Amino acid sequence: MREEIRFLLGHEKRSIESIDPTTTVLRYLRETECLTGTKEGCAEGDCGACTVVIGELSDNGITYRAVNSCIQFVPLLDGKQLITVEHLAEEDGALHGVQSAICEQHASQCGFCTPGFVMSMFAQTENAASPDRAELKDVLAGNLCRCTGYGPILDAGEDAVKSKRSGKFLAAEGAVAKTLAAWSDQETVQINGGDKSYYAPATADDLATLYEAHPEAHIICGLTDVGLWVTKMHRTLPTLIYIGAIPELKSIEIEDGFISIAAGVTLSEAHDVLGAHYPDLEELIRRFASLQIRNVATVCGNIANGSPIGDTPPAFIALDAKLVLRRGSARRTIALEDFFIEYGKQDRTSGEFVERVLVPLPDDTDKFGCYKISKRFDQDISATCGAFRLTLEGDAVADIRICFGGMAGTPQRATQAENTLRGGAWTEATVRAAMDAMTQDYTPLTDMRGSADYRMRAAQNLLFRFFLETSENTEHTRVLETPEVAHG
Amino acid sequence: MAETAKSTDKIRGSVHGLLVHDSAAKHVSGGATYIDDMPEPVGMLHVHIAMSTRAHARIKTMNLDAVRTAPGVVRVLTADDIPGINDASPVMGDDPIFSEGLVEYAGQSIFAVAATSIDQARAAATLADIEYEDLVPLISVDDAMDAGSFVLPDYQMVLGDAAAALKDAPRRLSGRFRVGGQDHFYLEGMIALAIPGEDRDVRVYSSTQHPSEVQHNVAKALDVPEHAVTIELRRMGGGFGGKESQPSLMASIAALVVHHTGRAAKVRLDRDDDMIMTGKRHDFRIDYDVGFDDDGRILGIEYLHAVRCGMSADLSAAIADRAMFHADNCYYLGNATITSHRCKTHTVSNTAFRGFGGPQGMIAMERVIDRIAFELGKDPLEVRKTNFYGGEGRDITPYHMQVEDFVIDELIEELEASSDYAKRRQAVLEFNASNRYLKKGIALTPVKFGISFTTSHLNQAGALVHVYKDGSVYLNHGGTEMGQGLFTKVAQVVAEEFQIDVDRVKITSTTTDKVPNTSATAASSGSDLNGMAAQAAARTIKTRLIEHAASAYNVDEDQIEFLPNRVRIGNQEISFDQLAHEAYMARISLSSTGYYRTPKIHWDAESARGRPFYYFAYGAAVSEVLLDTLTGENRVTRVDILHDAGRSLNPALDYGQIEGGFIQGMGWLTTEELWWDDKGHFRTHAPSTYKIPACSDRPDDFRMKIWDKGRNMENTIYRSKAIGEPPLMLANAVFSALTDAVAAAGDYTVFPELDTPATPERLLLAVDDVKRRASEDVA
Repeated sequence: MREEIRFLLGHEKRSIESIDPTTTVLRYLRETECLTGTKEGCAEGDCGACTVVIGELSDNGITYRAVNSCIQFVPLLDGKQLITVEHLAEEDGALHGVQSAICEQHASQCGFCTPGFVMSMFAQTENAASPDRAELKDVLAGNLCRCTGYGPILDAGEDAVKSKRSGKFLAAEGAVAKTLAAWSDQETVQINGGDKSYYAPATADDLATLYEAHPEAHIICGLTDVGLWVTKMHRTLPTLIYIGAIPELKSIEIEDGFISIAAGVTLSEAHDVLGAHYPDLEELIRRFASLQIRNVATVCGNIANGSPIGDTPPAFIALDAKLVLRRGSARRTIALEDFFIEYGKQDRTSGEFVERVLVPLPDDTDKFGCYKISKRFDQDISATCGAFRLTLEGDAVADIRICFGGMAGTPQRATQAENTLRGGAWTEATVRAAMDAMTQDYTPLTDMRGSADYRMRAAQNLLFRFFLETSENTEHTRVLETPEVAHG
Repeated sequence: MAETAKSTDKIRGSVHGLLVHDSAAKHVSGGATYIDDMPEPVGMLHVHIAMSTRAHARIKTMNLDAVRTAPGVVRVLTADDIPGINDASPVMGDDPIFSEGLVEYAGQSIFAVAATSIDQARAAATLADIEYEDLVPLISVDDAMDAGSFVLPDYQMVLGDAAAALKDAPRRLSGRFRVGGQDHFYLEGMIALAIPGEDRDVRVYSSTQHPSEVQHNVAKALDVPEHAVTIELRRMGGGFGGKESQPSLMASIAALVVHHTGRAAKVRLDRDDDMIMTGKRHDFRIDYDVGFDDDGRILGIEYLHAVRCGMSADLSAAIADRAMFHADNCYYLGNATITSHRCKTHTVSNTAFRGFGGPQGMIAMERVIDRIAFELGKDPLEVRKTNFYGGEGRDITPYHMQVEDFVIDELIEELEASSDYAKRRQAVLEFNASNRYLKKGIALTPVKFGISFTTSHLNQAGALVHVYKDGSVYLNHGGTEMGQGLFTKVAQVVAEEFQIDVDRVKITSTTTDKVPNTSATAASSGSDLNGMAAQAAARTIKTRLIEHAASAYNVDEDQIEFLPNRVRIGNQEISFDQLAHEAYMARISLSSTGYYRTPKIHWDAESARGRPFYYFAYGAAVSEVLLDTLTGENRVTRVDILHDAGRSLNPALDYGQIEGGFIQGMGWLTTEELWWDDKGHFRTHAPSTYKIPACSDRPDDFRMKIWDKGRNMENTIYRSKAIGEPPLMLANAVFSALTDAVAAAGDYTVFPELDTPATPERLLLAVDDVKRRASEDVA
């Protein structure tokens, strides 16, 4: 047990033995380190003004990830490098390439969002990534600017990622890697402060033991949900268990016909593998949230929090995914759809945690589609999100699984619609009958994301879109994929 | 740092050049200081403002004992603690700093807690024991109209006899159109930091577009003369009108804490509190009744604007007026009666937002044109052209101002060609004929925007310029920097006057103790007013320098010429710095104020006639969209803009205003939806629920150009035109294009019912409605 966290702030070592573990990185930077370049725009991870870069040890040295410092807690910095906008310029004051590109392209106006854009781009240049313009839009989807209209920012980004990596971060990377490696001790970490306790177990077994002993604790990883309990709801969280430092929970494995995704795997880490097997999941995860969020939010967290509007559960339920739950040394595997009992209630006992989700590999004969409907394409929460898996035998529907988020208190299957379709022909007439049947499946709510009426009509039409995309239709059915507007 | 070499052939930063924003290098490195970044004074208190949880109620009892004794709490303030006047309003005296027993919106300030940390202040506030007696809340414009609830009297503008023209018109259409509001979503929320001085003086750092008004309101609340209050700010993290009138509340509360505790105090609203507590763009319900001929020429129109002002007047009178001033846009209406109802609702008091009512008035006009064109089966652009100002007797607005500088016909001719409008419109029709589920739409809409504060006395500005004896220059003026680049532009003006490199001109914070009695940086007037004032100050000093040089060197004044960084005096040249030093040694004053008032403007509110605007700014845009008729999802696929910036002071900054304004306008008309629940609670108070455009919403194919032929026929600063607000309304083309795409879903047989913002939901419902009505027509 280590009762201290250690990290690099830029290239300076920091160690902290006591801190309120729910102190956000943003507040720590601004109030303790007096580094005020990083701004608070929303305190909920939606605007990106607070974006900082986290450097982490990886196989090829240091990997840089943009994250929202407003909803990251300080103890999560353990063993990492924290880089802010103040750290980028060279000792002689020369600006980093990203910074000078933004100046040259007139890409800052009020300047309040600018540090966040700088850091999102900096993560790209330091990873030696060279995103094209379409990819840049995804990189920057979590950075809102109210002044520029984004054109000059994208131009600056294109300029910045063209130049070869250089400068002090490249020069110091070896030393940074050495420091972080030396700190990598596989110890469970405990930090106390402000009457709160924070644990970061090093193994899944330690986690299981700890959580069984502290079932009142909140399990955290990306903090993209729980972080807001603190910054928005001003809740006090006395005990936190962080699972992001457990190597075995960072694994994605293909086994027994499943993609097995462990609890600590982020959406960014799962993006490629899920997208490779299910193309629609590529877009779904891209539009799930911004890169800053995907870089820390976990796939399993999106399930475990039980939200009716999480974007991965409908897709996974349509695919008949399984969930592995663990309490102490006991594990059980359930169908994912059975996990969601009702709004705010899941099939998870005290001290039990989600260890893995098992997503079936695609079957060549099945067709899968999933669609997210939101006011804005990027970084928005769904009004509704629908997923469909169809098994045809000849022209007949051997099986179909339809699941929607945002239509009920949980992600829920459209049982009546499925029954209408199962065994019949896959035709417009049967699909329209199933669309009618959906009114018996769901009684959606009206809220700021959409009226009940809209949710129902859109959901019905998504089934129709799935039909179009799995039948003879050759017309475009998605605005994002129409050639004029296709974006990455 | 070594002094950089000075230019000798041409100064750096002359007017009309592409100069980078003065703070750009600081923006990108975290070195630009916003108020929350300033070092906090020792003992500074953090203040949380407690808000009403009811939209309309009487406070029966309020017990704050538990708040006062909570950990960290130093002072709790209520209406009883205000030594002066309990009001933070800009005009009408109807915005209480703290409620005096009646609450009129959910989010209204009731009391404030000053504590040693913001967490403690916030936690303490939750301990208040408040008993409300609920009253019936009026939330929407409809509620207010039904109840006859208004904050201000109706107002009317009349040209000719609209009723008679409507009666005689060969064709007539009427309808109702709703235009949504908009949150500013400046990235930096409202903030004020107040610091005590001697003699009960207070200095408040306030993120405001209107320091003089904040000064006035703080002094009024503290019951001290205005000289005892100084307001200062270097920059805002965005304003967009949101920081024109409403920062007074935060500044007054911070100053009151200083008054009662003698300690510095900071009020910083977090995003949710900011969005709940502060006003937005007014939403409108607009009824129209228009008469026209078979060519689509408008013969007469009646407009009825119902404006949601919220719980108080704020700037609503001028905003609702400006909507009326722009109800014509570019079109001669012949006979017009425009009536405006200023509705009182139990929602936050709406306020200035880029365009200041103009966009709402203007988009209704474009909607009417679209509908006339649809009725006649014409290209809307043709109907637009038919109705443009110009020609015999067709140059009088509904407020009886003669339009003298109309250029939109010429500008549109150029844009129509450069955007390939006709061909693309044909291609859209062809696409729609062969696609059932995705539909395209295209539209070209113009903008004519009146420049000047319509409250005439506000059109004045002051500046202060010092030349130090080393030739470096200090520049101060009443304008505020919110990102638009005003400070850069005004520095360019001063650099140009003295012919010195712009980096010799120090840009400094706006502060009420340097330039007094200023107007808000608003109405797109920043560089027009402050540029002229700074120019006047610089010219005064320049004149003294010339007089001195003529006398000292014994040459005629016309033998003296300011060249880049140097001055030619007769046959010799000396550096500007040298001349400054010599003038100082000769005891010449090297400091001057400058002052400017806009000429020609006048307004008679009684008759609703006059010349409220010095000139008009013009622009036009073509937008093309793609709409999914199954879901309402859509994309703007291409934008072409041609905009008249006069002779642009700085095209780089002006392009920034054009693109930024367009995208902000696009957000207003598409994804930005304000949503209240049935109890009157505002529910879209954070970016998770309120969706401003993200970078992928900007079309890749985005072509904009400042009009080469642009010049200002009035004598403005270097013949430039105001640029802050007009481009926002270029986005009206997006809404018209979406309307066009929805119409395509019904094979252009029925005109779509569509209000703004055109969210995917509204679009899908409009598509379904169009399809239903189209099939009924067939049946």
